[in-house]
Amino acid sequence: MNIPTELKYTENDEWIRVEGNIGTVGITDHAQEQLSDIVYVEILVSEGDRVAKGDSCATIESVKAAADVYMPVSGKIVAINEKLPDTPEMVNSDPYGGAWMVKVELSNPSELNGLLDASAYQAKIAASE
Amino acid sequence: MSEPLLCELSVPGRVGFRFPEVDVPQAPLPEGMLRQELPLPELYEVDVVRHYTRLSQLNHGIDIGFYPLGSCTMKYNPKVNEEVARLPGFAHVHPLQPEETVQGSLALMYQLQEWLKEIGGFAGVTLQPAAGAQGELTGVLIIRAYHEANGQSQRNKILIPDSAHGTNPATSAMSGMRVVEIKSDGRGNVDLEALRAECDESLAGLMLTNPNTLGLFDENVEEVVRLVHAAGGLVYGDGANLNALLGIVRPGDLGIDVLHYNLHKTFSTPHGGGGPGSGPVGVAEKLVDFLPGPLVDIIEPGDDEEPPLYGFVYPKKSIGRVKAFHGHFGMMARAYTYMRMHGKEGMRMISEYAVLNANYLRARLRDVYHVPYDRICMHEFVAEGRWPDIPDIQALDIAKRLMDFGFHPPTNYFPLIVHDALMIEPTETESLQNLDAFADAMIKIAEEARSNPELLKTAPHNTPVGRVDEVKAAKELVLCCGFRSTDLSSK
Amino acid sequence: MYFSHTPAEREAMLRTIGVKSLEDLFQAVPAAHRFPDLRLPPALTEMEALSEMQEYALANESIQELSSFLGAGAYHHYIPAAVDSLLRRGEFYTAYTPYQPEISQGTLQSIFDYQSLVVALTGMEVSNASHYDGATAIAEAVTMAHANFRGKRARVVLSPAVHPHYRQVLHTYNHGTPIEVVGEDLDLTAGPEALIPLIDPQTALVIVQYPDFFGRIYDLTHLAQAAHAAGALLAVSVNPTALGLLKTPGEFGADIVTGEGQPLGIPLSFGGPYLGLFATRKEYVRKMAGRLVGETVDNRGQRAYVLTLTAREQHIRREKATSNICTNQGLMALAATIYMSLLGKHGLRQVAELCYHKAHYAAQKITALPGYALWSNAPFFHEFVVRCPLPVDEINEHLLEYDILGGYDLGQDYPQLENHMLIAVTEMNSKEEIDRLADALAVLSYEEEASYE
Repeated sequence: MNIPTELKYTENDEWIRVEGNIGTVGITDHAQEQLSDIVYVEILVSEGDRVAKGDSCATIESVKAAADVYMPVSGKIVAINEKLPDTPEMVNSDPYGGAWMVKVELSNPSELNGLLDASAYQAKIAASE
Repeated sequence: MSEPLLCELSVPGRVGFRFPEVDVPQAPLPEGMLRQELPLPELYEVDVVRHYTRLSQLNHGIDIGFYPLGSCTMKYNPKVNEEVARLPGFAHVHPLQPEETVQGSLALMYQLQEWLKEIGGFAGVTLQPAAGAQGELTGVLIIRAYHEANGQSQRNKILIPDSAHGTNPATSAMSGMRVVEIKSDGRGNVDLEALRAECDESLAGLMLTNPNTLGLFDENVEEVVRLVHAAGGLVYGDGANLNALLGIVRPGDLGIDVLHYNLHKTFSTPHGGGGPGSGPVGVAEKLVDFLPGPLVDIIEPGDDEEPPLYGFVYPKKSIGRVKAFHGHFGMMARAYTYMRMHGKEGMRMISEYAVLNANYLRARLRDVYHVPYDRICMHEFVAEGRWPDIPDIQALDIAKRLMDFGFHPPTNYFPLIVHDALMIEPTETESLQNLDAFADAMIKIAEEARSNPELLKTAPHNTPVGRVDEVKAAKELVLCCGFRSTDLSSK
Repeated sequence: MYFSHTPAEREAMLRTIGVKSLEDLFQAVPAAHRFPDLRLPPALTEMEALSEMQEYALANESIQELSSFLGAGAYHHYIPAAVDSLLRRGEFYTAYTPYQPEISQGTLQSIFDYQSLVVALTGMEVSNASHYDGATAIAEAVTMAHANFRGKRARVVLSPAVHPHYRQVLHTYNHGTPIEVVGEDLDLTAGPEALIPLIDPQTALVIVQYPDFFGRIYDLTHLAQAAHAAGALLAVSVNPTALGLLKTPGEFGADIVTGEGQPLGIPLSFGGPYLGLFATRKEYVRKMAGRLVGETVDNRGQRAYVLTLTAREQHIRREKATSNICTNQGLMALAATIYMSLLGKHGLRQVAELCYHKAHYAAQKITALPGYALWSNAPFFHEFVVRCPLPVDEINEHLLEYDILGGYDLGQDYPQLENHMLIAVTEMNSKEEIDRLADALAVLSYEEEASYE
C-alpha cells in the first residue's frame, strides 16, 4: 500500500499536500482500495467558497459503498478538479496524483499540526484491521 | 439466451388490445394540447404473455424453493390469501365510497387493528403506512409530535444501535432528527454504558430492533427501556423481526412505545419482487392521539340483530396523513386471512417453529461456519462467510455458489458488525428435509472452498446469467430502452 | 397447513440443538412477560376462513354492482385478463427485491421494461422502479428538489388544485424540516399561471397536477419557463391515462413527473396497493430516491440487468440517504408494465379518447339539467366539476337508490366548493349508464324546483 511520506493524513483517509500556503486534498490509496471500483465523484464546493475543517467537499461512490470527503483544514477553495467527475476511475488508479479533488488556501496553517504523518497513518490502518 | 426487450419485440402497426367503439357523440379534442406521438410498444397478447412468462422463469421465488434471506422473513405465501384479496367485494371497491357501502372493508380493518393491538400489546394501531420504512417514518414523526406537544421540542436526538437496519438512521434523518449510533456489547446486546452516556435532555428516543439483526433477543431489554424512559425518551421498536415474538412476548409489555409491523414479513403477504409491503404502526396509550388519520372505529355499537356501524375517525393531535386513502387494503385482507387461519395457538406456533428452525440450522452449521455470537438465537442467526485458512473466499462467493444448489443465498454483508456476514432466516414454513438439504449444501460448499476454490470464485454456474458487471451498469447508466427509435425506423 | 414438523421431527431437532423443549429456546425473554395469553379467536380451516372473508366482501357494495362516477384520484378502468393471469405467477409475486441478479433477471428486466414505458409515457429521461403512491411520490419530489439545491432553497410553490390527500401527505413529511409551502390559498378558478408570482429565488420546486384535481388541463409551458427563470424545478403529478392523449409534461419542460399509476391495470381495492410514478431528467438521476435497474453484461458476455446506483440508498448511506425508501411497489409496477405492454400505443390512445368523449357527453347531459352547471370553462379530460342545486351528500344518497355511485363532494376539502361535485367518467361507463345518471339527477332538480314553488 502506497503512503507517501511527504503528505499529511486524516483519520478519515484524506491526504493533503501543502505547497506554500496552498493545500491539495484527495483520498488515500487505502481508502480507494476499501471502496473498490469508484463509479462517481461529485465535488460539492466551488472556487471561492470558504470552508471549515471537517466540512464535506466531495462525495464518492463505488458500486457498493459511498463516502464523503472532508476538508482536513479550513480556508478558501482556489481550485477544484473539474476533470475528475468524468474520470472517477482515476481515484482508483492515481489517488495521490490525477485524483486530487480540491485546492485550498489555508486560513489556519496550525491545523496541519493536528494531522497524521505517514507513519502514524500507517499505524492507524494497521490498528483497524 | 437472453429475453428480448419490449422495444425489440415491438412491430409497427400491431395491436394488442381493443376497446369497444365510442358509443356517445364525439367531442372536439383540445387543440394544442394533444401529444404528437405515443412511443409505446406494439405487441399482441401472445407476445406479451410469453415475454412475461419467460421472464418469470428467470426468477427464484418462495414457490420454487428455500429462501433464507435474513431479516426478510421469506415465508410461504398461502394461496387462499390471493383468492381473498381478489374477491370482487374487496377488489372493486372505491376508497372514497360512502362509509355505509363499505362496511365489510371497514369491519375487516377494524378487526385487524384490534388483533395487531393484542399481538403487540398496544393501545392503538394505524394501518395506513405503505411499508416498513414508512411505518418507521410514521413512528418517528409521532415521537417528535409527542415531545413537541409536551413543550420538549429540543428533544431531537435518536439513538440507533450499530446493528440496526439502514432504514432506521435514514428515517430519523428524513424527519429532521440527529442520529447517534450506540455500539453493541460482547453478547450482541445494546451496550448499556454507551446508552447511559447518551441519555440526556436532547434524547427523543431509541430505535430498537429486538430480536436484533444478529437474531438475538436483547437480554437487557427491560433495562434499556427503563434508561430511555427515565431520560424522558421514547422507545421505537422496529418490527422487522416480529416473526420471533408472536405469542412469545408482546413488545408493548416490555415498555416499547411505538412499533411497526411488516404485514409482508410476519403476516405472509407476498413480497412481490420488492413490494407492495404494508407497515401498520402500534402505539402505547399516550401516543394514540398522534396516530395518522383516518383510523377505523365503531361509530354506532351493534346489538343482537344489527352489526356495529364502522366509520373513519381522525385522532385529535394526528401527525396527518402519510398516504393517500387508507393504506394497502389488499395486503390487509391477506394478513387478516392468515391470522384467522392461525388463531391464538397457531400464532405462537409460528414463532416457536421459526425459532426452532433457525436454531436447528445454527446447530448444524456452527462447527463449519464461525458463529460470532453463538447463543440460542431467535428466528435468525448470523455466521461468518470466511475462513482464516482460505482468505480468498468471501461471503459473496459462498452466496453465489449456493444458487447452484437451488437455494436463494442468505442476506450477506449485513449486519455491518460481523465480517462477511451471512444472515440466515429459515422461517417456520420450511420442513426438516429442506433445512437439511440447505445445511448439507453449506457444508459441501465449505469443503469445495478448500478443494476447489475456483468453483466458488466463478459461481454461479447453473443460473440464467452469471456474475454481472455492476461497475459497467453504474458507469454507463443504461436505464431504459427507447421505443422511439423503433418508430422512426419503421417510417 | 403451512407447518410440517411431526412430533418425532420436532424432538430430533431439539436434540440437535441441545435443548429439551421449545420453551427452552425463549429463556432470554423476561419471564414475567413470556407466553402471554393472547385474546385471539381459535384457528379456522381454509374453507371456513374463505367463507368468512366472502361474508365481509359481500357486506360491501362493489362498483361491479353500481354504476360509478367516482374518481378523485382512483379510477375504475378495465383490466385485461392477461394482467392478473401473469401477476399470479409465483415466480414474480413470491420473490424478494432483486438483490441477487443471477436469480432475479425476471424481476429486473420487468422493472427495466417498466422504466422504459414510464419514460416514454411521460416524455422524461429516467424513471425509478416506483414509489408507494401518487401522494408520497410528490413528497419525495420535494425532498429531492431540496437536496438538489443542497438545502439552500426552502420554498415550495404548491397549487391548490393538487389532490388534497397529496398535499396533506406533503405537509406530514415536511413538518420539522425548513421547507416552506406557499400557494394553497390561491383562487381555485385561476389556472397554473397564478402560481408564477409566488416563484422567487428561494424556490426549490413548483408543483402542479395534470389534469388537475378538478379534471382541468392547462398548458404548462409558461409555468415551466417561470420556474426555470428563477432557477427552480417544476414537478407535475399526472394521471397516466390522460397521457395517452395529451402532451407530456416533458414537452412543457417539467423536471420531475410524479403520478398515481393505479389507472394502469391496478384494481381499486379500497385505496391500495397502488403505484407511485416518478420520472425525471438525466441530470437529476442521482438525486432521485428509489430503486433503479440498469443494463449491463454478465461474465459469460450476456446482456443482463442489475440494481444500480445503490450507493444512494438507505442501506449504504444510512442517515445520509435522501430518502428511507426501501420496499417499493414491485408487483403493482409489474401490473402497470403488463397493462401498458398489452394496450401499447394504440390501446392507450383509445382508452384515453373513450374517457374523454364519454366525460364530455356526461358533462353536456348533466349541465343541460336545471340547477346544474359546469364550474369551470377550462378544457378537461375525464373529470369535471358540477355546481349542484343540493348538498352533494344528499344527491349521492339519492343516486345510491338508483345503484349509482355519485361523484366526490368537494366541499369536504374546499369550503368554497360546497355543493360542488367532481364527476369522473371512464370507458367503463356506457352511454346508457350516463343517461341513467342524468335521469336520476333530473328527478332531483325537478323535486328541488317543486319545493320552491
